[in-house]
Amino acid sequence: MAINSKIPAGAIESKWEDYKSHVKLVNPANKRSIEIIVIGTGLAGASAAATLGELGYKVKAFCFQDSPRRAHSIAAQGGINAAKNYQNDGDSTYRLFYDTVKGGDYRSREANVYRLAEVSANIIDQCVAQGVPFAREYGGMLSNRSFGGVQVQRTFYAAGQTGQQLLLGAYSALERQVALGTVKMYSRHEMLEIVKIDGKARGIIARNLITGELERHFGHAVLLCSGGYGNVFFLSTNAMGSNVTAAWKAHKQGAFFANPCYTQIHPTCIPVSGDHQSKLTLMSESLRNDGRIWVPKKQNDNRKPNEIPQDERDYYLERRYPAFGNLVPRDVASRAAKERCDAGYGVGSSKQAVYLDYASAIERYGKIEANKHGIEDASHDEIVRLGKEVVKEKYGNLFDMYEKITGENPYNVPMRIYPAVHYTMGGLWVDYELMTSVPGLYALGEANFSDHGANRLGASALMQGLADGYFVIPYTIGNYLADEIRTKAIPTDHQAFVDAENSVKNRLHTLINIKGTKSVDHFHKALGKIMWDKCGMARNAEGLQSAIQEIRALREEFWKDVRIPGALDEFNPELEKAGRVADFLELGELMCNDALNRNESCGGHFREESQTEEGEALRRDEEFSYVAAWEFKDGKSWELHKEHLTFESVKLAQRSYK
Amino acid sequence: MEHKDLSLKLKVWRQKNSKDNGHFESYDVKGISTEMSFLEMFDVLNERLINEGQDPIAFDHDCREGICGMCSMYINGRPHGPWHGTTTCQLHMRAFKDGDTIVVEPWRAGAFPVIKDLTVDRTALDRIIQSGGYISVNTGNAQDANAIPIPKHNADKSFAAATCIGCGACVAACKNSSAMLFLSAKVAQFAYLPQGQAERETRVIDMVDQMDKEGFGSCTNTGACEAECPKEISISNIAALNKEYTLAKLKAEN
Ligand SMILES: Cc1cc2nc3c(=O)[nH]c(=O)nc-3n(C[C@H](O)[C@H](O)[C@H](O)COP(=O)(O)OP(=O)(O)OC[C@H]3O[C@@H](n4cnc5c(N)ncnc54)[C@H](O)[C@@H]3O)c2cc1C
Ligand code: SF4
Ligand code: FES
Repeated sequence: MAINSKIPAGAIESKWEDYKSHVKLVNPANKRSIEIIVIGTGLAGASAAATLGELGYKVKAFCFQDSPRRAHSIAAQGGINAAKNYQNDGDSTYRLFYDTVKGGDYRSREANVYRLAEVSANIIDQCVAQGVPFAREYGGMLSNRSFGGVQVQRTFYAAGQTGQQLLLGAYSALERQVALGTVKMYSRHEMLEIVKIDGKARGIIARNLITGELERHFGHAVLLCSGGYGNVFFLSTNAMGSNVTAAWKAHKQGAFFANPCYTQIHPTCIPVSGDHQSKLTLMSESLRNDGRIWVPKKQNDNRKPNEIPQDERDYYLERRYPAFGNLVPRDVASRAAKERCDAGYGVGSSKQAVYLDYASAIERYGKIEANKHGIEDASHDEIVRLGKEVVKEKYGNLFDMYEKITGENPYNVPMRIYPAVHYTMGGLWVDYELMTSVPGLYALGEANFSDHGANRLGASALMQGLADGYFVIPYTIGNYLADEIRTKAIPTDHQAFVDAENSVKNRLHTLINIKGTKSVDHFHKALGKIMWDKCGMARNAEGLQSAIQEIRALREEFWKDVRIPGALDEFNPELEKAGRVADFLELGELMCNDALNRNESCGGHFREESQTEEGEALRRDEEFSYVAAWEFKDGKSWELHKEHLTFESVKLAQRSYK
Repeated sequence: MEHKDLSLKLKVWRQKNSKDNGHFESYDVKGISTEMSFLEMFDVLNERLINEGQDPIAFDHDCREGICGMCSMYINGRPHGPWHGTTTCQLHMRAFKDGDTIVVEPWRAGAFPVIKDLTVDRTALDRIIQSGGYISVNTGNAQDANAIPIPKHNADKSFAAATCIGCGACVAACKNSSAMLFLSAKVAQFAYLPQGQAERETRVIDMVDQMDKEGFGSCTNTGACEAECPKEISISNIAALNKEYTLAKLKAEN
């Protein structure tokens, strides 16, 4: 099957406008008889389901949590980008587009990214209209902050809880449609199979997580908004339930999986504290706005941070990247931290940590406040007190979270941080219309691969999720559904539904009857370790080859020796986990294959074989300027399809933040 | 941070499903690091139960960062346990001493039936939102976001109310099982904003009606909800809600 990304012709600035003006429409009467299934109620899913409901389609939305409001998007902290140029600092649609393409290390599709930048401003308008309480200035106008990898202030935020506020906005819109009857919500349901009829996606099999019953649901189209797969590493900043299952089932039904190896390792997370660790906690990138990152200049320095004088500290990001300093993109910041720790300069008991220090920000803000209040000759203590108040207002919830987890007060001692798995740029391959390679099956939000190339800039995932759901899919899905208005709802006793349900049933039976000796978590942790060691922040051919062998062996052991307590026909969280880990055990292998195939470094993907003399990522555009889209073949292997990337509006250059 | 290992006695509510009567089960747990979170202690215990061929304890959780509102344990008589302004998932074992007995139960309220063990059904809260917890604006209807300035003070107050995570601890803390704190937070969020004015009156009436229909009790101002709310949602929202409700009712009758 050949790849067709369906990018509209014309200049980049007019592609989306032209597309919208000419795309096929479905009239309101026909919309009422068209059914759409939406898997996931994060920013992408909730915004899509609500908007499609408003348009008059019959929508069914699914999530595995007890309420759509709890999707993983709720945890996003720092903010959402939009090219509003409210700060008058030179921002524009083009600049947001350019920053995103560059930030992604020139591995994303120009047309998609431009559209994203174009609709970004509408997102902020929409959210404000819904009552999302973004941070404001005293004059009543919206406030902005800076985020990594850019030199303008275009990030809108609500303290450190931006994802929560945006999701609650989308959730409210969704619940309004539920009340109006256009959307039917299925919470505590997990989608376990895609049903295909005549090559088109026509429905799903879902498990009711409370009763264990399998259900069949028909849809003229199916939207996967099921989030990212960072939990393949076991430890990540993702919510515990985040998983690849929905996307993986789609993949096995013919949807190509694109760039699976592109993983974002976030530089500022609370370090691992022991074997009991179940997840890692992000300290928002917004903290790098004001915080300064350093390690001691001496190796194995065991002094307390406050005892190390200024001239014995190495502010290595400011040293290596004077133009962007602490605000270099995530991939660059993470590798720099790893480099320092590997070289013996790490801090804390594990030595796998660096300092994120707020002392100078507290002083700077304190002085500004003292000036504002006309306090002359303010004492140092007074300045620090005032400064702490400002920092508390900006980042209070993050500081509190740090203290709860570590027992240390970050207002007084620098935080210890270390990189952790955070986001996956790879995902289901989609065309310009967000359709996967299976007709009628779409992927939105983190579940698709489309906009972030090899590295996502901070505050761009929320933007993408909402862009996809509010402003892209409502147009592009019409282009498909306009030809489906004569398709009557297919009864779910159709053989395809029966077969799909049977295959799910068999798999669940097999799993629960293994009755082995080791828990699901045992296997998940083992997989995570392989992935982190060999397909993590630095990768090489040898390591990846051995990882593939290890994963295969682990998968075999899993299917022989996993122990899942309880029964199929009851609420059984271990069974849910088992199904997800089984899929991770397959995905992990594909990630390593992709990483092995991509013998270049780009963005979050760092191949040790391909670096500059200064240790920066070295792209190899001649050979690798493509999207790697993997097709699942013959039930056991993969075939690579290449979507070549052409850059017409942005000039390819070696990324530099120096 | 220095850490210690604790030995503890857990008394945990076990209930097979909504029809089962349920009972307490005791477990001795050892080697619990003070650096663990409360839920990580449950992970350790569950791993052991699985290895021993027993049924692990079912509990709700997802983000483990205090923001999704999914975790919901009633610990030693307090929803989310001993730390003020902290969810179960953010509670760390530093809060306990070696040898402590810890009693863990699900949220108890008529409107929150138990699904299994410590897991309850909180969909009633979603239905309260469905009855009016939104501003009716379709996608595409919005004007420029800076067209209406909103005084910072109001925006901040709206935000403070909007930080409710919908966990239901306020209901579990209340002897009447009232959901007033939850409801008032949503009403307050919109009441502080110009966008929320158009539906201000219908919203409060419809949401209170729905709360009654769901079988939540009425509020008698005991203040337990505010004391236990992990997001420190202010009880002053309830007073404001009562005023809103009375005014709206008066208007509706005139
Ligand atoms: C701690 C943290 C902080 C972040 N901060 C920021 C930030 O400041 N700015 C930014 O731009 N980005 C941020 N991100 C990234 C961003 O939050 C996510 O990429 C984004 O929210 C993903 O949204 P989504 O809608 O694609 O998926 P999710 O929000 O992950 O939603 C997935 C949905 O799919 C459902 N689901 C999954 N599988 C199934 C299945 N099989 N059956 C049924 N339902 C299923 C789930 O129930 C859920 O409803 C952050 C991420 C993390 C981890
Ligand atoms: S008001 Fe507080 S206790 Fe009640 S649901 Fe909201 S966050 Fe939870
Ligand atoms: S698990 Fe999300 S708030 Fe506790």
